[in-house]
Amino acid sequence: MKKTLIATAFLALGAQAPLAHADLTVAIAGPMTGQYASAGDQIRRGAEMAIADINAKGGVLGQKLKLEVGDDACDPKQAVSVANTMVNKKVVFMHGHWCSSSTIPASEVYVEADIPMATVSTNPQVTERGLKNIFRIMGRDDQQGLVAGNYIADKFKGKKVAVLDDKSAYGKGLADEMAKAMTAKGLKPTLRESITAGEKDYSGIVTKLKQAGVEVLAYGGYHTEVALILRQAQQAGLKLTVMGGDTMTNSELVTAAGANSDNVMFTFSPDPRKNPDAAPIVKRFRDAKVEPEGYVMYAYAAMQLFADAATQAKSTKFSDLEKTMRGGTFKTVIGELAFDAKGDQKQPGFVVYQWKGGQYDYAAK
Amino acid sequence: MAYALQQLINGLTLGAVYGLIAIGYTMVYGIIGMINFAHGDIFMVSAFIAVTAFTLLAAFDITSLPLAITAVLITAIFFTSAYGWAVERMAYRPLRGSTRLAPLISAIGMSIFLQNMVQLTQGARVKPIPPVLEGGIELWRTADFTVQVSWTQIMIVLVTIVLMVAFTWLITQTAFGRQQRACEQDSTMTALLGINVDRTISATFMLGAALAAVAGVMVTVYYGVVDFFIGFVAGIKAFTAAVLGGIGSLPGAMLGGLIIGLIEAFWAAYLSPEYKDVATFAILILVLMFRPSGLLGRPEVEKV
Repeated sequence: MKKTLIATAFLALGAQAPLAHADLTVAIAGPMTGQYASAGDQIRRGAEMAIADINAKGGVLGQKLKLEVGDDACDPKQAVSVANTMVNKKVVFMHGHWCSSSTIPASEVYVEADIPMATVSTNPQVTERGLKNIFRIMGRDDQQGLVAGNYIADKFKGKKVAVLDDKSAYGKGLADEMAKAMTAKGLKPTLRESITAGEKDYSGIVTKLKQAGVEVLAYGGYHTEVALILRQAQQAGLKLTVMGGDTMTNSELVTAAGANSDNVMFTFSPDPRKNPDAAPIVKRFRDAKVEPEGYVMYAYAAMQLFADAATQAKSTKFSDLEKTMRGGTFKTVIGELAFDAKGDQKQPGFVVYQWKGGQYDYAAK
Repeated sequence: MAYALQQLINGLTLGAVYGLIAIGYTMVYGIIGMINFAHGDIFMVSAFIAVTAFTLLAAFDITSLPLAITAVLITAIFFTSAYGWAVERMAYRPLRGSTRLAPLISAIGMSIFLQNMVQLTQGARVKPIPPVLEGGIELWRTADFTVQVSWTQIMIVLVTIVLMVAFTWLITQTAFGRQQRACEQDSTMTALLGINVDRTISATFMLGAALAAVAGVMVTVYYGVVDFFIGFVAGIKAFTAAVLGGIGSLPGAMLGGLIIGLIEAFWAAYLSPEYKDVATFAILILVLMFRPSGLLGRPEVEKV
């Protein structure tokens, strides 16, 4: 009896403990191990730096932030179990997950527990399911088609443009969006065709493009096929400028297409390192021997978003946070963030890049 | 007109590659009456050997183009023949005399094995090589279209013609060719006459693999990109070519390859490229409905 009492008292003490010290627990989740572990590492470094900076300025609402790290290895099953762990740890904010296929199932757990999350996953389905706790601080796969199509219509007015896709869900969606945006701005595609991905011979379609006098190719699909088309176009004496999506960031394109890759443009989220407002933070990262590339700055921005929203709402309760995040604007290292009703960014952050000598940089406006 | 000529050149080049692979299918079928389903993957392995050889040559600063291509061809033929021999030794010979289905299944197993082996050892990502042979000649210039033939296309067609002549000679004029044809007709009788049937079959597999190796090198030079899955598409197309031309017939395999190459090129040129595979296989079905043994195949005659 006595023992039970002591045990109960002990348990009660344990239950009291989180209330006793007033830290706020925020979490990140992503592939800390596995083949995408480099992305997980970037997220962790970005979040750690942000939390150190926020705590140095006195924390959020007078409370210090504490970081929890979850590893889902980009596996949807593991993502759900990470989500349950985080719910048990009573985190007030989650940055993650990284892979769309992990974010989607995990978000179902967080929404039940009223935990707001900011993610960089790009699949449209992430925000299309009507969950009220999810905010995307990155663009959507279907927004880049609009940016690419507008760019083509402005930049290549009067030229003959062909729109091609590889029949994949990603490729066809992107190509359709590009064609729609171009047409809306008064540049009708000369050709609209599909090819079969995974083949090696595209000389037929290349000759067709040449016959039609096409100079610009808007392509929805992956870099492998673009490399083949460019090589075969060069052999056929056809000079093509290609506009593609984020898959064109892959440097394999340069190895396979050689100097032809200089004609490839693509849309991708803006490089936060080039944001002049972020220069001091970039310098702090570099001083700490961390290159703020890829997702580092996004993780930093996610933590700023939480700190800013909690300060504006004067609360960390879900209903207050959610209302503030949905209505407000937040200054972060990746620029100003504002969200629409679905939780997508109001300003789709896509810019046009171009390959040049094996490196890519912003294309001429 | 110029446009059609250009598409004809594209189709012939593609057809020549299909034909080279198709000969491997047809020769093996001729001698053992079975499809070697691992043949497409042997072609894929040869392309990887070619990429490795090109990379090594570049590392040793061997830049003379004819020398490099010859060296790569010899390396690829040597190693790929060894693969062809090994496939026969492991997947066919132990099962000779068992049911007809057994070697079919073991060959499919071999195909999966080779694909996975290359995927695991070389990685799933594409392996590119920088352009090896660039440029070409202008054939014909009209007001709105210029017909161009690249050196690679010329090389592919020339190599194919040379190999076809050499193989026809090998099969019809040499002692080995006679043994091979004898095994095709009646392997028991051939064995009774003192010919080593096993060795002839091994040699046939190696020859088929050697042709696949040439095709692999050509594809590597022409397209510049290989991955572990290229054997599947190429294998299916070449197999179709062999069936279309009449399986077991050497000129049939070449003809089948050319026809498929041309259908693909012209369908993509004048109709929708999306449906070119549908067109190819629809024509295969039509031909087989009216000529079940293919265009140049001999109908099976039951000998009494």
